[in-house]
Amino acid sequence: MSWLLVFPIAIPFATAVLAYLWRNGAEGKWISLAGSIGSLIASGLLMSAVLREGVIAGQMSNWDAPFGITLVADYLSAVMVVITAITGLATAIYAMGEIEARLERLGYHALFQVLIAGVTGAFLTGDLFNLYVWFEVMLIASFGLLVLGGSKAQLDAGIKYVALNLISTLVFLSGIGLLYGLTGTLNMADLRGAVAAVENQGLVTVIAMMFMVGFGVKAAVFPLFFWLPASYHTPSFAVSAVFAGLLTKVGVYALMRMFTLVFVGDVGFTHEILIWVSVLTMVTGVLGAAAQTDFRKILSFHIISQIGYMTLGLALFTPLALMGGVFYLVHHIIVKANLFLVAGVAQKLTGDTDLNRIGGLYKSSPWLAALFIVPAFSLAGFPPLSGFWAKYLIVMASIELQAWVITFFALLVGLLTIFSMTKIWGMAFWKPHPDGIEPVPERIPAAVRIPMMIPIVGLAAMTVGIGLFPEPFVQFAEVSAAQLLSPTDYVDTVLGVRGMAP
Amino acid sequence: MESLTAIIVGVLVAASVYLMLAPSFLRFLFGLILLSNAANLVIFASGRMTEGAPALVPEGASAPTGVVGNALPQALVLTAIVIGFGLLAFTLALAFEAYRRLRTLETEEMREAEPVEGGEETRA
Repeated sequence: MSWLLVFPIAIPFATAVLAYLWRNGAEGKWISLAGSIGSLIASGLLMSAVLREGVIAGQMSNWDAPFGITLVADYLSAVMVVITAITGLATAIYAMGEIEARLERLGYHALFQVLIAGVTGAFLTGDLFNLYVWFEVMLIASFGLLVLGGSKAQLDAGIKYVALNLISTLVFLSGIGLLYGLTGTLNMADLRGAVAAVENQGLVTVIAMMFMVGFGVKAAVFPLFFWLPASYHTPSFAVSAVFAGLLTKVGVYALMRMFTLVFVGDVGFTHEILIWVSVLTMVTGVLGAAAQTDFRKILSFHIISQIGYMTLGLALFTPLALMGGVFYLVHHIIVKANLFLVAGVAQKLTGDTDLNRIGGLYKSSPWLAALFIVPAFSLAGFPPLSGFWAKYLIVMASIELQAWVITFFALLVGLLTIFSMTKIWGMAFWKPHPDGIEPVPERIPAAVRIPMMIPIVGLAAMTVGIGLFPEPFVQFAEVSAAQLLSPTDYVDTVLGVRGMAP
Repeated sequence: MESLTAIIVGVLVAASVYLMLAPSFLRFLFGLILLSNAANLVIFASGRMTEGAPALVPEGASAPTGVVGNALPQALVLTAIVIGFGLLAFTLALAFEAYRRLRTLETEEMREAEPVEGGEETRA
């Protein structure tokens, strides 16, 4: 049983080692591809086990919880692992076209696989200090990927990204230390009982705020998001796609986990703060995007505004809202990664990402235009695409609570998202290219173009698929939200109260 | 002992915040190093201080007898130190490379990735 939990982490690590050894030849990218397919299979097996059993847990080295390190997968963890593997595979295919041999020799594929391993580990661990370690694995790999190639803009972006992320890590680490001092345990399931038993709940709330700040920087919520638009538009497109899809979502996942499992003693205070943080995140993100004229910078600001919807799902703290939050998380990873991949193709065709200097894509590459429309309108929440259902659930949840101000902003931000998307559409696709270039697909050699287009088509098909047949996904999110709101199964499975394979 | 550690943590954090507010990235980095040490001390102190009682198991026994120091926070601190060292080494290398290429470490002047407002407006 516990091997199912280990494989999704072990496979990317093994792939990273092999990809590093063969980084000088053409084998590296194929190793990376094979490893990504392996991860996808492993995560699929994990998902089927979770669907069968509800929650599965494994104690590493047979040290029983709460003393050893526990890996645990409930519905939310499992779906995040699967979606990580899907994004990993999509970007691994894309990288086969985009990443030049120069970057491969510097160890691109190895760093990429370590990043995937770190993200997967963060989703699967049931131990707070272990979560810190996975954050660091993820962080160091992302540092490497961000500055790989070493252009001036990348170095500048790297400094800002590194500085703010290190501060958040230290806040998180101090929080762990204080929480351990208060409760004497680091196991997340054990912490639920231990934190509730603490006499001085005021101290718990202080520590909860430290966690909120630490994870908030990772998730890029208002007012802690400044590292994101400063850096996401500088690395190669495959890197920014995987960053945009996964990294901030790890922060959101950690918030969801800690603020449903551990810090639920003072919901009226902590989650109320989170509500207004979410609303401000949504609004500032979308307004920031409106002021930009660079393809990737617009998309970066939209990550921030969409993060607001996910944390809003957590903050409203009703079954419907959390369900919307989980659904939003999954839908957003697919859509956002895909938009960055489209931006990469657009840049290769037109020569730039500054919207003022590009154009003519609709006339010359109508297929790319169609493939942009799908994720872009899904992001804005148009039916029948996946984003519509995600927004629908969140807005429904806020109406249910009669929180009209929140409903108003959730709908307004959706409207402003359309404004940004039509700006990209109008400037990159409709207007003629200012230099008179015809950005026909043949401007990219077929060996580069085909691997770049496969993941875009695949992810767009998933967006449409989720949009047309949302029922199983909504049901999944519903069970997941129920597990988050009453985590007795989670706690019992980890602590071995319920019969569990060693 | 605990209050002394608490005061040291306070001084370290204060000094690191002062350094981090400086315009030079190098000073910021030194501030970060102090902050990382403060975080490690917090973990160490939160495991409770026990004087002169190492967590050793006497010969023949299977568990330590009497009151012993808590070994777990020390393991955590060790891990955090190793990770922190790696990250800070990377950051220092990054700062050096940035200085070599951008010819500055003043954060106000580092606008490669985010050109000054207005620069973009005029182009539009």
